[in-house]
Amino acid sequence: MDEVYDVIVLGTGLKECIISGLLSVDGLKVLHMDRNDYYGGESASLTLNQLWQKFHGTEKPPAALGSNRDYNVDMIPKFMMANGQLVRVLIHTDVTKYLSFKAVDGSYVLKQNKIYKVPATDVEALKSPLMGMFEKRRARKFFCFVQDYDEADPKSHEGLDVTKTTSRELFAKYGLEENTIEFIGHALALHRDNSFLDEPALDTVKRIKLYAESLARFGGGSPYIYPLYGLGELPQAFARLSAVYGGTYMLSKPECKVEFENGVAVGVTSQGETAKFTKAVVGDPSYFTEKVKVVGKVVRAIAIMSHPIPNTSDSHSVQIILPQKQLNRKSDMYVFCCSYTHNVAAKGKYIAFVSTESEMDDPMKELQPGVNLLGPVDTIFYDSFLRYEPIADGSQDKCFISKSYDPTTHFETTVHDVLDLYTRITGKELDLSEKDLSAASAADE
Amino acid sequence: MATLGTSHMQAKLVLLGDMGAGKSSLVLRFVKGQFFDYQESTIGAAFLTQTVAVNDATIKFEIWDTAGQERYHSLAPMYYRGAAAAIVVYDVTNVDSFTRAKNWVRELQRQGNPSLIIALAGNKVDLVAKRKIQIEEGQAYAEENGLFFMETSAKTAHNVNELFYEIARKLPRANPAAQPTGIVLNQGANDRYQRRGSACCA
Repeated sequence: MDEVYDVIVLGTGLKECIISGLLSVDGLKVLHMDRNDYYGGESASLTLNQLWQKFHGTEKPPAALGSNRDYNVDMIPKFMMANGQLVRVLIHTDVTKYLSFKAVDGSYVLKQNKIYKVPATDVEALKSPLMGMFEKRRARKFFCFVQDYDEADPKSHEGLDVTKTTSRELFAKYGLEENTIEFIGHALALHRDNSFLDEPALDTVKRIKLYAESLARFGGGSPYIYPLYGLGELPQAFARLSAVYGGTYMLSKPECKVEFENGVAVGVTSQGETAKFTKAVVGDPSYFTEKVKVVGKVVRAIAIMSHPIPNTSDSHSVQIILPQKQLNRKSDMYVFCCSYTHNVAAKGKYIAFVSTESEMDDPMKELQPGVNLLGPVDTIFYDSFLRYEPIADGSQDKCFISKSYDPTTHFETTVHDVLDLYTRITGKELDLSEKDLSAASAADE
Repeated sequence: MATLGTSHMQAKLVLLGDMGAGKSSLVLRFVKGQFFDYQESTIGAAFLTQTVAVNDATIKFEIWDTAGQERYHSLAPMYYRGAAAAIVVYDVTNVDSFTRAKNWVRELQRQGNPSLIIALAGNKVDLVAKRKIQIEEGQAYAEENGLFFMETSAKTAHNVNELFYEIARKLPRANPAAQPTGIVLNQGANDRYQRRGSACCA
C-alpha cells in the first residue's frame, strides 16, 4: 500500500467503480479501497443475512424466506433506461460481456387510486383508458412533434424555440388536458415534481424521446432493463474493468482517512499505512464527512413477498409511478418490483421497494400509499437516509466527491454525475456518441 | 457445421490461485499457444474464449482470469457466478502457493454450487530441480476433496490442452442450470435491433 498512485478511489459504489474503470482504461494508476468486505457501498445488493444484519442487528432471517445466497436485494432501487447513458457507458467500456439483463415487464401509473399500464405499443395506446378519444388525437400530434424534433434541424421545430418556450406553453399549444400533462410529465418524461412546467421544454422533449427510444429497443413492455443478480452486479463489473486495466483493489480497509497538506489532499491512511496520490482522491460522501452538505432525505420500504404486485398482470418486474398530485405531495413516489426470475430472491419470492423524497417525519405513514399497492408482505423494512452533495468541485483540494444517489427511477443523473467527475479530474470530456448505439444489439443467450 | 447428434454449449471457466502460480500463462498457452518467461501481471485481457470439440459436443470456454483481484482478497462474487468449471492453480516449486490453493478450493466449495467442476493444477513441473510439492501430495489432496488433478507446465505445454479437454469431457451435457438466461448487450454483430412503432405514433 505504501506506493504512489495517480488516483485513489474510496468506496465501491456504482459511481466510484465507473470512475475507477474509466481512469484505469485511460492508463492511470488507480488504488481502489472500501471499508466494507463487499462491493457496492450504498449501491450494493445484499444477501438475506446482510439484509438482516443491516436492519435487525445480528438476528438470523427466518428459514421460510429461503437460502441466504439466493437473495440480492438492491439498496438503491432503480431500473436502467434501455437506451440511456448507463447502457452507453457499458458499451463504450465493453463491460457488457460480464452482465446479462432482462427487460422490465411493465410501467404503471396511479390515477385516482387505480393503477394503469403506461402504453408500450400502438395497440395498448389505443385501448388505454388513460385518455379519452379526442385527447388521444391531440396527444398523437404532440408525440409526432416530439418524435420528429431534431435540435439541429430548424424545420422540425414547428416555429417553436423549445430552449425558451416552457413545457407548460408547449402543452398548451397542443391543447392537452391537465391529466394528460401529468401523465406525460411524470410517467413518460419521468419528472419527479412539477417544476419542469415552467422550465424550457427542451429537457422534457429529450426525456420523452429517451423514453420512446428505450421502449423500442428490446420490444418489452417498458423502457427499462434490469441486470440478473441485481444492481450490485454493475459496480462489480466496472471494478473488474478497472482491475483488468491494472487497478488495485482492497476491500475491508477500515478508516480510510484522507490526509491533507496545506488544505490539499495528498494521501489516504488505513491500518497505519499511507498511500499517496498525485492527481485526485475520489469517493462517496461517507468518506468526506466534512466536505459535504445535506441536500435531501430519501425514505424507502423494502418488502419480501410471495406474490407479484396485484393488478400488474402478474408481472415479475414492474414499476409504478405515483404522481405527486395524486397523493397531494410535492414529489412523486415510486414502486419497484422484481422477483426470483432475476436471481434476486429465493424461488417464488418477490422483492418490492417503495421510495420517495421525504416530506414528513414518519416513513411508515409517508410510504403508505405505495405500500398499500403491494398486498400482503412476508416482511417489510422501513428506512430513511440523508442525501449529500459536495461543497466544492475538487479543483482546490483534489477531493472529487460524488453526490448521493437520488430517488429518480433510473440511472441518467447517476451517469451525469460520473461524467462530470471524470471531466473535472481529467480535463477531458468522455464522448459516448463515438460508438453508434444503434449498432448495439441484444442477443438472446 | 452442426451435424446430427452434435451439441454446442458455452461454459464459463474461472481461474484461481496465488499470484505468480501461472494462471494467465496456462490460459495463454491453451488459447494462443504462447508462453513468455516474464509474463506481466494480467492487464487488458482477462476474458478469453476457446472452443474445443470432444466426442459428441463442441464447448466454447469463456475463460475468466482474476485480473489481480485475488491479491488482496477482493474477488467479487460476480467472478464465481454461473461458472461451470474452475481451475485452481499452484506452483509446484512454492509451498505457500499450494497452501493457498487449498484455501481457494474451500472458498469455491463455500459457494455451494454442487455441479461446479473443480480442477487442481500443479504448474511449473518443468522446474524439476526446484520442485517442493511432489505429485503424490497434490494427488492425495485432490482425491480427498473430489477434485480432478493434473500436473502441468505452461512453458513446455505439458498437459495444458489435456487439462482443458478433460474438463470439457466432464461437463454435464445437459447444460447446467447455472447459465443465465438473459439479454446480453452486444456491440456490432447480429444486429437484431429493429425500430418498432412506439406509443409515440399511436
